[in-house]
Amino acid sequence: MQSTADAFEDLRKDFPVLNRRVRDNKKLVYFDNAATTQKPNQVIDAISDYYQNYNSNIHRAVHALAEESTEAFENTRDIVAKFLNIEDSREIIFVRGTTEGINLVAYAWGRDNVKEGDIIVTTEYEHHSNIVPWQLLTQEKKAQLKYIDIDDNGELMLDQLDDYLSTGKVKLVTFSHMSNVLGTISPVEKIVSKCKNAGVKVLIDAAQSVPHMKVNVNEIGCDFFVFSGHKMLGPTGVGVLWAKKEILEKMSPFLGGGDMIREVHKYETTWNDLPYKFEAGTPNIADVIGFAKAIEYLEKIGMDNIRNHELELTKYALEEMKKIPGLTLYGTKEPEKRGGVISFNFNDVHPHDVGTIIDKDGVAIRSGHHCAQVLMEKLNVAATNRASFYIYNTKEEIDVLIAALQNVAKVFKL
Amino acid sequence: MSGDPIYTEMIIEYSRNPSNFGKIADAHIHQHDANPLCGDTIDLYLNIEDNKISEIKFDGHGCAICMACSSVLTEMIKGKSLDDVKKFDKDELLSELGLQHLVKTSPVRIKCALLSLKSLKFGIYSYFVDKMKDSESAGNLNEEAANLY
Ligand SMILES: Cc1ncc(COP(=O)(O)O)c(C=O)c1O
Repeated sequence: MQSTADAFEDLRKDFPVLNRRVRDNKKLVYFDNAATTQKPNQVIDAISDYYQNYNSNIHRAVHALAEESTEAFENTRDIVAKFLNIEDSREIIFVRGTTEGINLVAYAWGRDNVKEGDIIVTTEYEHHSNIVPWQLLTQEKKAQLKYIDIDDNGELMLDQLDDYLSTGKVKLVTFSHMSNVLGTISPVEKIVSKCKNAGVKVLIDAAQSVPHMKVNVNEIGCDFFVFSGHKMLGPTGVGVLWAKKEILEKMSPFLGGGDMIREVHKYETTWNDLPYKFEAGTPNIADVIGFAKAIEYLEKIGMDNIRNHELELTKYALEEMKKIPGLTLYGTKEPEKRGGVISFNFNDVHPHDVGTIIDKDGVAIRSGHHCAQVLMEKLNVAATNRASFYIYNTKEEIDVLIAALQNVAKVFKL
Repeated sequence: MSGDPIYTEMIIEYSRNPSNFGKIADAHIHQHDANPLCGDTIDLYLNIEDNKISEIKFDGHGCAICMACSSVLTEMIKGKSLDDVKKFDKDELLSELGLQHLVKTSPVRIKCALLSLKSLKFGIYSYFVDKMKDSESAGNLNEEAANLY
């Protein structure tokens, strides 16, 4: 596939929902991809195929269906590992999503490794799922939670990280690879190398990066890496936690139950091998199998092509939006430093009102705090509008957004 | 957009110039609430004299619907007796702004419209229960508030 606009336009036919009309028979313009993306037929069909032809529980029975479903499920693990350049697929743990992955680490690793007085470092632009689990942990352990602040460009102030690390008390630095509000791409290499020099563990929330750019986990050298399948064409209810084998082996389990055990006796249990030790209970088999198709779909297009396509859209959107008087754009002005996420406010019009008015024109954006209230406080706003792009979006759709925004100006007499 | 049934002149006007906007220092009732979906917040302040709402103000950040409904709510209940306020129904408020349709058409936006009424009902409930130690008068206003939307 070429990275031309035409090639991207062409793949829209794989996404049935994009043919939909909404409200007053308006073409759907779906710009809420940071929340969740649409699904191609390849993914939808793989899920139906599983239920229609080989639905069965995995890892236990020896019958034909169980063998097929187990193979398809485990095959996804290998596909994920290859996609991220991880050598050992046993380090891939399937979870429900980013939120569960982070909670797993906070619970299972955090409770054994964080003690009174220790420091966990996060950032001001985190999603609530990378703040609340650490609040719970640090409160329970009487440890401290510290933030790396952002500057006026929406970029992390890394000097603060140096200060925290120099205390010798930091146990973990946890941050999002790309902000779901500002789109800022974090300086991963710098952060990881600072932490490695200080012997501190690093968790990367990759919910917004893995779907949109090439990521090589092996090269990054972090300790924990988490993301969600539904933000990258996959079904809801599937996420991935990756961690180094040495860490996972030492970690206590998260959930107890079936599949995660080796032997259970009345008063004690031994744990199963990786990754099953962390996959208690019947997993989300159908959606894990569907997720494999999502990754294959993205790989076929090529992650670098996807990044370029989104960069083009983002540049175009930023240019056009800058022309609208009274529109405030958040985050860095350099498109190369950000992903395809644009947060904005329009004069004093509340984002909810903007969202409702442009929804009449079929444009779906997100209005609200985007599960990032710490960041909202920093920006000194209650909420923002957010348009976020993906592979199937086009410049024409951005024109529809711009026209819809002009309607908002009319309604509010701006 | 001209046919849009939500963003009427009146709503835009109220959102620009909300009535009874501000704080009351040491108010008899101060109720804070937030809409977890969008981060909107509202603070409602009331003074009670002779069982009447003698003074009412609201403060906060919200969308045009929230601002307009809060404005109209404060206008409508100012001077009313507590008994009347207890009976005050959401339809009275919504119809004043032509927003009854939101109950059916927009389960999300109805929360913006009724946030201040919810705060009012909770606020009066707490006033009776906590300050007046009169849970009989408070009735089931708390449940009413919780079930508003
Ligand atoms: C940066 C970031 N982290 C975490 C999450 C939470 O992901 P999930 O809801 O799939 O668990 C999101 C999704 O909104 C996100 O954007």
